[in-house]
Amino acid sequence: MNSIISDIRETARQLLADGKVDVVIGYEKGSLPLKATPCFVRSPQDADKLIWDETCENNLAAFATKTAGKKAIVAKGCDSRALVVLMQENQLVKDDLYVIGVSCQGVIDKKKIEAETGEILEAIIAEGKLSVKGIACDKEFNFIDVKDATCQTCRYPNPVIEDIHIGGSVEVPQQTVAFADVIEMENRTDSERQAYFQEQMKKCIRCYACRNACPMCYCSECFVDCNSPKWLTGGVDRAENLLFQAGRVLHLAGRCVDCGACSRACPQGVDIRALNRKLTKDVSEMYHHEAGISEEVKPALNVYSADDPEAFLVKE
Amino acid sequence: MKISKEKFGQSFDALTADYQIIAPIADVNGVNYQVVKNFSEVKQDYLNSKLPPKSFLFPQHEKLLSYKKEGKDVIVKNELKVGKTVLFGIRPCDAKGMLLLDKVFKNDAYTDPYYFERRDNTVVIGVACNKIAPTCFCSSMGISPSSSEGSDIFLIDLGDSYQVEAVTEKGKAIAASLVELVELTTEEQAQVDTIKNAQTTSKVDVATITSKLGTMFNHAYWDTLQEKCIGCNACSFSCPTCHCFDISEEVRKNEGTRVRTWDGCMSPLFTLHGSGHNPRNKHEARWRQRMMHKFNYFVQNNGDIACVGCGRCIKSCPVNLDIRQAIDGVNKAELVVE
Ligand code: SF4
Ligand code: SF4
Ligand code: SF4
Ligand code: SF4
Ligand code: SF4
Repeated sequence: MNSIISDIRETARQLLADGKVDVVIGYEKGSLPLKATPCFVRSPQDADKLIWDETCENNLAAFATKTAGKKAIVAKGCDSRALVVLMQENQLVKDDLYVIGVSCQGVIDKKKIEAETGEILEAIIAEGKLSVKGIACDKEFNFIDVKDATCQTCRYPNPVIEDIHIGGSVEVPQQTVAFADVIEMENRTDSERQAYFQEQMKKCIRCYACRNACPMCYCSECFVDCNSPKWLTGGVDRAENLLFQAGRVLHLAGRCVDCGACSRACPQGVDIRALNRKLTKDVSEMYHHEAGISEEVKPALNVYSADDPEAFLVKE
Repeated sequence: MKISKEKFGQSFDALTADYQIIAPIADVNGVNYQVVKNFSEVKQDYLNSKLPPKSFLFPQHEKLLSYKKEGKDVIVKNELKVGKTVLFGIRPCDAKGMLLLDKVFKNDAYTDPYYFERRDNTVVIGVACNKIAPTCFCSSMGISPSSSEGSDIFLIDLGDSYQVEAVTEKGKAIAASLVELVELTTEEQAQVDTIKNAQTTSKVDVATITSKLGTMFNHAYWDTLQEKCIGCNACSFSCPTCHCFDISEEVRKNEGTRVRTWDGCMSPLFTLHGSGHNPRNKHEARWRQRMMHKFNYFVQNNGDIACVGCGRCIKSCPVNLDIRQAIDGVNKAELVVE
């Protein structure tokens, strides 16, 4: 067991023993290889369940708003950014929250591995390498090659807020071109882009795992579920699917923290991130805003300025 | 009796003249059932499809009828369109899943014409599993990786040929069109025996789950079980036996369609009443419903557990809420004395 795990456990144990929090939200080992699962620790003895590694892929901030009481949350960089946005949007109270910050090396994209090995039977992660025994074949992978797409461009692997920091920090990789992935998509022709997104939307089964895994999707009634007026039937056709995703991405403008939890949650491998990243780039260019990187920076859609170029915002 | 894959392929291709054939193919998203025109497109070496074949009997989005107002008249049009279909390469768990769906869509008072028009026009060609995934637990559910129950014709893949068993009258009619059925060799018979004896390694104990659940309506277990669940419907939508649906209208001016779409018990809106009251307004109650429906109510109503052990919900769940662990949890839960 590495020292990060023992430090997380010790911290959780102390917080619970001292009565500082009612629950610690972290990860425990899942039932499938290369899968961690969220867990809720309520007694000091149970703290030994907690783990930390490259399989801790969910964004635990998504549970922060649903879990009652004072809570400590094990947070990666992106989880911490989500917590910041939730506090800015008055969904969370700082006094009820204790952030156990852990710098993140990135998480594994299991789909990339399974595409080559078939269903994973066993896997060992050691020193940047993964030995995977799959139902179709066995294979070794370099962690860097099977890192989630989000983590490959992540610029905030270190938590932006934390009450305690566990382990060392991670060096932020220098990017040669920011938003290279979005630029590549922008450079495609309209019909190529249309074909790409049609292909993606065709796969969607409208399970809403993407929406429900997202810490920013906390509306008590989502527009897609709304009955009066009824926007969508909930059936799957490409137009409805695209309308759902387009609606979601617009509601996330300036709020998405690019954690990739939505894409990883999708059982159908829909490239949801391509849409979110485009909006993130637009917001960054138009409003010079990045979501959740500091408590002091006001969210893009929450500020008012008298010299706004859109005259109607200032005076009608 | 067996048939070479070459000969089988010829018969398969010939069937496309009269039938729409749905079979597993490798697509961008793994293996899935789709319309195929030629046996060469069929994926041979697969565990099971990513999504179950149930959508070919019970589509996720189905137009039931359309209507149009003309003056004082309302013209109603039935939208049901059904052709003869072969579902090829169906695994035993999914074939059993269809038998369970049959029970849902037919009862003493009502037979769902949309489902049964399709069902009656469908021939199921099952194929035994030569490879068993670690998430499969059909053996615990009274099915085996080689059970022919629910198939009209059942095949065992022997590499270059299939062992053929015609199970039902429907299947016999099609099997009759397969030419050059020959005897198995001794080695092939041994191969068949090995496949027939195989069981899943993953097991759950459902011996007493139905009666146990009967005592657990008010149990603290539900509070902890559901905590990490994000309430999506990835589990229901990937389940071969889940069958809840919603009906809504798409209306524009004087015209409209009535559509039926899948619904799922993990969504808070599932039981929301028009009054605003929600009898299952807590997620605890929704997970209880998932377990109760599959392992208790369905058994009471239809005599069978509504889970076939395909393991798809385990693979689809974003938070790794594993139904096998949920079942274990019920077994271990302390009895509540009321
Ligand atoms: S939209 Fe996706 S990437 Fe953005 S915050 Fe939500 S889960 Fe994270
Ligand atoms: S998780 Fe994937 S399949 Fe489910 S609704 Fe979202 S995009 Fe569609
Ligand atoms: S509950 Fe899960 S394992 Fe059981 S039939 Fe449904 S998807 Fe398969
Ligand atoms: S659950 Fe059983 S029948 Fe279904 S795919 Fe797995 S081994 Fe085959
Ligand atoms: S797939 Fe998992 S998270 Fe989604 S509703 Fe089912 S159990 Fe809950």
